[in-house]
Amino acid sequence: MTIDVRIPTILRPYTKDQKSVQATGSNLGALIADLDLTYAGIGERLLEDGALRRFINVYINDEDVRFLGGLDSQLKDGDSVTILPAVAGG
Amino acid sequence: MLEISREFVDVILAQSRAEYPDECCGVILGAAGSGKATRLKPMINAAHSPTFYEFESKDLLALYREIDDNNEEIVVIYHSHTETEARPSRTDIAYASEPEAHYVLVSTREEIAPATEFRSFRIIEGVVSEEDVSITE
Repeated sequence: MTIDVRIPTILRPYTKDQKSVQATGSNLGALIADLDLTYAGIGERLLEDGALRRFINVYINDEDVRFLGGLDSQLKDGDSVTILPAVAGG
Repeated sequence: MLEISREFVDVILAQSRAEYPDECCGVILGAAGSGKATRLKPMINAAHSPTFYEFESKDLLALYREIDDNNEEIVVIYHSHTETEARPSRTDIAYASEPEAHYVLVSTREEIAPATEFRSFRIIEGVVSEEDVSITE
């Protein structure tokens, strides 16, 4: 299935400046693996030690995936995924 | 250089005092591509901490949707330091992810020192450069 993925400014160098790209996967982990095949290096910006980076927020439709099962969160046709780096600091 | 209205400066300073001893945070938006700070939007510091700030996850998504819908951009990202200098900390630099934005820092330590600190920086790929602030009346 094909999922629309919104790419934040800071990761657009990986997607040739595209704000939105398409990828496939039945769950978030598979989707990120597929993204990384097309846009090499983007996976590492999203993952650390096999989990989502703490300061990267990923949403499926309106839900933060931390409340859906993280990388195991299921995807279905028509879902949209939004990636947003946290706005945070000390 | 950051050009900002006196009104916004006062709102940010008032918010930083009201939320003390926690850090406060927010953004100023403007028309996409304009670089002009025209709409101030205070945000909730989900960390509720004197040493850390983070926009709440749902608020962050709503903010970016709103920006898209209104064809706006984030011109300023501001937050306060409660007891230390108004310049980016190591964590501020590590998490800065909007290379186009002005990162404004204020400090509430004027409670113990008289000068009001309101400073602006660019943070691009880990490199910080301070810029002048021009306050319009």
